[in-house]
Amino acid sequence: MISTTRPRWLTITGLRHFLEHQFIRYRATWRSTVISSLLFPIFFLVTIGFGLGSQIDDTSSLGTTDYASFVGPGVLATVAMLQAGGLSLWPTLGAIKWEGTYQAALATPLTAAELATGHILWIGIRVLVGASLYLSVLVMFGIATSPLAALAPLAAALTGLAFAAPLSAFTATREKDSSFGPINRVGLTPMFLFSGAFFPVSQLPDTVEWFSRAMPVWHGVALSRGLITGTIGWFGAVGHTAYLLLWILVGWLFAVRTFTARLSS
Amino acid sequence: MRPNSLRHLGLAATIGAMVRPVEATKLTKKFGDFVAVNGIDFTVEPGETFSLLGPNGAGKSSTMKMVSTVSPITSGSLTVLGADPQLDGRNIRQRMGVVPQEDNLDLELTVRENLVIYARYFGISWAAARALSNDLLQFAQLTERADAQVESLSGGMKRRLTIARALVNEPELLLLDEPTTGLDPQARHLLWERLYTLKERGVTLLLTTHYMDEAEQLADRLVIMDQGSIAAEGRPSELIASHVSKEVLELRFPAHPDGTRNRPEGLDRHGFRVELLPDRVLVYADDGEAALQTFRNNGVAPSASMVRRATLEDVFLALT
Repeated sequence: MISTTRPRWLTITGLRHFLEHQFIRYRATWRSTVISSLLFPIFFLVTIGFGLGSQIDDTSSLGTTDYASFVGPGVLATVAMLQAGGLSLWPTLGAIKWEGTYQAALATPLTAAELATGHILWIGIRVLVGASLYLSVLVMFGIATSPLAALAPLAAALTGLAFAAPLSAFTATREKDSSFGPINRVGLTPMFLFSGAFFPVSQLPDTVEWFSRAMPVWHGVALSRGLITGTIGWFGAVGHTAYLLLWILVGWLFAVRTFTARLSS
Repeated sequence: MRPNSLRHLGLAATIGAMVRPVEATKLTKKFGDFVAVNGIDFTVEPGETFSLLGPNGAGKSSTMKMVSTVSPITSGSLTVLGADPQLDGRNIRQRMGVVPQEDNLDLELTVRENLVIYARYFGISWAAARALSNDLLQFAQLTERADAQVESLSGGMKRRLTIARALVNEPELLLLDEPTTGLDPQARHLLWERLYTLKERGVTLLLTTHYMDEAEQLADRLVIMDQGSIAAEGRPSELIASHVSKEVLELRFPAHPDGTRNRPEGLDRHGFRVELLPDRVLVYADDGEAALQTFRNNGVAPSASMVRRATLEDVFLALT
């Protein structure tokens, strides 16, 4: 007879099994993805941080000693957003629609809620790995000076999750990838440029500035920069973290719903 | 394969013999206004092989998705292994195996990794999963390909691996949706033999197919589905006995130059039930040779004729 106790819809065991599976899959491809996810932020650091930065004499309004120290930490959070955004679009639709591995997992005791949660967590882990490697580059260049910098990869992971959760929830409602290009061009790319990674958003017109500050990526940039340069206060740290967690929570709740609906049809 | 390997498979079914693996009453599935499954009743008994037979779009796969706890039922009632798929999905899936219509193996993993990782989802330890994978690779006759990438396997091998994967948790009930669709004849026969082995061990099989020979080979009982409803139910031999004659006479007529067949009018006026197919005419008769003589005596001159035993295909054509 089947046990009469009602099974729970979300368990640590289920998440662990899902993540084990992803780790085994990742073993085959991790080299190429790790190298590209490390080179990508280094390109920004070198060209904009050092290249463009060499033309900037007065950094007093930035609060850092040089421009690279301003851009380097900002790139940590914005690249986290771009990486998480990318993983939440095509690869997510692929896993749900074409590969069939998610359907296969749902023929096991795994629940759709565990699958949605594990899917988002796995993106967070990928971001965490990339951010940790990039942080070591910032340490090498003498940009990461504060001991608090050790927490910056977590800030990057939270930033990534704040996009991975709602975007994965959205992707689970899609049949085609036609909206993904526009999301990249008029969603993620402008957020990248207006994130405060390259200049303080206080330079922007008021309405644009407030729009920037409402985006989770601005909070990720501020949090990462504050940790890496050691300038963050308690109020800022808690506030930015809480705002990112709010996006993650709401996005995750939507993702559980949309993954469940999609994978039960 | 080793004589003792996988012998445990049938045990659970024997112990659970009091519980019917599947009981469906007025089971209905709607997608908007479209009724995919229209109030069907069926019961699968422990240890038997039960088949849902029908053309594409008959509602077989929708039924399977409800039984596999993936798709919620619209109305009626359904119990699987004695439990409600809506409320106890996780517990049911722990004791059930599912072979989907499309192979959904993990193409990034090797053959063995597919089995081991899948076993982990059922809470089987790494060590036990690796040991189990040896038995399952032997069952699927894939031992030599254990470390190959799944992508390099033939269609028949992928199918056998998908079936082996569905056995990692020693299921009491195995669901197979169109298990041999797209396979060549050798691969089909090998797969039937593997499924027959499971059946001999007492595993309850619920399978859908649109192949008559497959149902005839494997099924103890079957239902014929058409447009969401059950058109007939019974043992293969019973269905043949009650819905068609013992023998079938096939008549062929020459083609006109315009492509139509030069068939005489009124073939159904000679005392036999006939079925007009595009390429031939089926005549249901208990004595096919005598029927052919009757036609000839009445001036019907087919270009070719054949008498054969009635099959489920004839039942199918008669009912749908």
